[in-house]
Amino acid sequence: MSFDNAYESLLGGEDAHWAFGTGFSEALSGVNREFPAGVDRDALAAYCLMLGDDALICSQRLAEWCSRAPELEEDIALANIALDLLGQARMLLTRAGEVLGKDEDELAYLRDEREFRNVHLAEIDCGPGPGGDFATTIARLLVFSSWRLALFSRLRGSADPVLKAIAEKGLKELAYHRDHAAQWTVRLGDGTDESHRRMQAGLDRVWPFVDELFATHSVDTVLAGVAVDPASLRSEVDGVLEAVLDAAGLTRPADTKAARVAGMAGRDGVHTEAMGYLLAEMQHLHRSLPGAVW
Amino acid sequence: MADDLELRFERTVQAESRIEPRDWMPDGYRKTLIRQIAQHAHSEIIGMQPEGNWISRAPSLRRKAILLAKVQDEAGHGLYLYSATETLGADREDLTTKLIEGRQKYSSIFNYPTLTFADVGVIGWLVDGAAICNQVPLCRTSYGPYARAMIRICKEESFHQRQGYELLMTMMRGTQQQKDMVQDSVNRWWWPALMMFGPPDAESTNTEQSMAWRIKRDTNDELRQKFVNMSVPQAEALGVTFPDPELKWNEERGQYDFGSPDWDEFWQVVKGGGVCNEQRIAHRRKAHEDGAWVREAAAAHAAKHDARKEGAA
Repeated sequence: MSFDNAYESLLGGEDAHWAFGTGFSEALSGVNREFPAGVDRDALAAYCLMLGDDALICSQRLAEWCSRAPELEEDIALANIALDLLGQARMLLTRAGEVLGKDEDELAYLRDEREFRNVHLAEIDCGPGPGGDFATTIARLLVFSSWRLALFSRLRGSADPVLKAIAEKGLKELAYHRDHAAQWTVRLGDGTDESHRRMQAGLDRVWPFVDELFATHSVDTVLAGVAVDPASLRSEVDGVLEAVLDAAGLTRPADTKAARVAGMAGRDGVHTEAMGYLLAEMQHLHRSLPGAVW
Repeated sequence: MADDLELRFERTVQAESRIEPRDWMPDGYRKTLIRQIAQHAHSEIIGMQPEGNWISRAPSLRRKAILLAKVQDEAGHGLYLYSATETLGADREDLTTKLIEGRQKYSSIFNYPTLTFADVGVIGWLVDGAAICNQVPLCRTSYGPYARAMIRICKEESFHQRQGYELLMTMMRGTQQQKDMVQDSVNRWWWPALMMFGPPDAESTNTEQSMAWRIKRDTNDELRQKFVNMSVPQAEALGVTFPDPELKWNEERGQYDFGSPDWDEFWQVVKGGGVCNEQRIAHRRKAHEDGAWVREAAAAHAAKHDARKEGAA
């Protein structure tokens, strides 16, 4: 490229050097998008929404840190993780949309709160808002990425070729997220009295939301062979968390569980009060201009 | 001896060779560079805020990803530039303190508010565009680490500019409401973008010495004219107008004539009276102060870790 006229390429139509210009479909190019024989398509769509919404909502929360992180390197790292999760969300919502006849934006912006299927852990405020701080954010990321990594690792065996490909692509990303969270957990657990206290408080804050991650939903059961039963991940994830907490000199919080609401939780579209505000902010512009193109 | 060093420095600069961190350099050169690079680094970091303002509300997932990646790049640019100041003996923590205490400046453009999503596109097109015009010559600046950082930054900025322009192109193909939103945004950003080149040459205090040292390569007015010449055809292709009745092609000069920005507004904003000056600094200060315990913990852990390693050895 020429430095004397930075504008010269502006009017041209070359798309090759656009990082996001051609969307995410390229990431899965060559993947067979046909539905496996005999699969319950509605259940498949619901399952993709569950995993897609987890990523989308967690990404939305992480991006709140942008320009607010404790140091520049961390601004970059958290944005990176948010971007990875956003990428996963887009692929999963698109897969759900292939069943539902909708695109990723219709699913992200035009569903109401009761139609979102993410776990509560993804949506709660863990900072930089008043609901937490950097340690709480790290605690959530540690739990979320350890669980999702275990899940994606099994999902590589899915009978759905698209889920399988998404899992394969996501594994490396999630391994980095977990590693990043684990390193900070150790640093904060070991660092100063204050950081130790805050890290322990962060774990205590997120722990009641851990149990939901491992609760088998009817969709998981219907999709045997396509989906992963999260209950089967518990001991693996517990082992990882235990090792990290040991290295950090932190105590595993008591197994308190947030109560369900009339038997329902995030996977059933029943959320915490924080979710309404999160969606209001995320969706308002898209909904304010119907028919607009972005 | 000192004369020899100074002569060698002058020759290096005049021969368009690079000064490197371990080379001798005059104190004034070092100070000017630290001030200029730090100001540039601060601008990148403060510049994360006006655009970051729209990440949570970006109207499509693709735009959200592009915007998040862009703001992330700005943090990266800040990092390279702070690193360049460290090769001159400055310290990031100290420079950050100077920023949040208002003792060092950042580009005044970021004291303007981002009010609609079209502002994200217009900032990419006009603000990043003006920044590129200012920065492209710096890829040949005399201080090596700065020049090399600028090459990388200019490449990424050009990419951002293109993304901004592409967003506006898309919006101009959309509904009337979107087109109006773009024109309104251009009306608000055009004059502040022209102010980014600094006061007219006759009033610019730092230009002369910086030009002699090859820290700066073109005058404010030259760059401003270049920017106007490049932007007008872009605006036509987009289907928007600039809010300047004096803007017209001058056949004789082979350039566009254009009106004068409101320099009173410029100085008012520079001196702290812009809509967002206080907010931008308060935001940066809060992030820095809220993060202090994290940085202390990281340092304490690293020290303990080293001590344990030594103990084991």
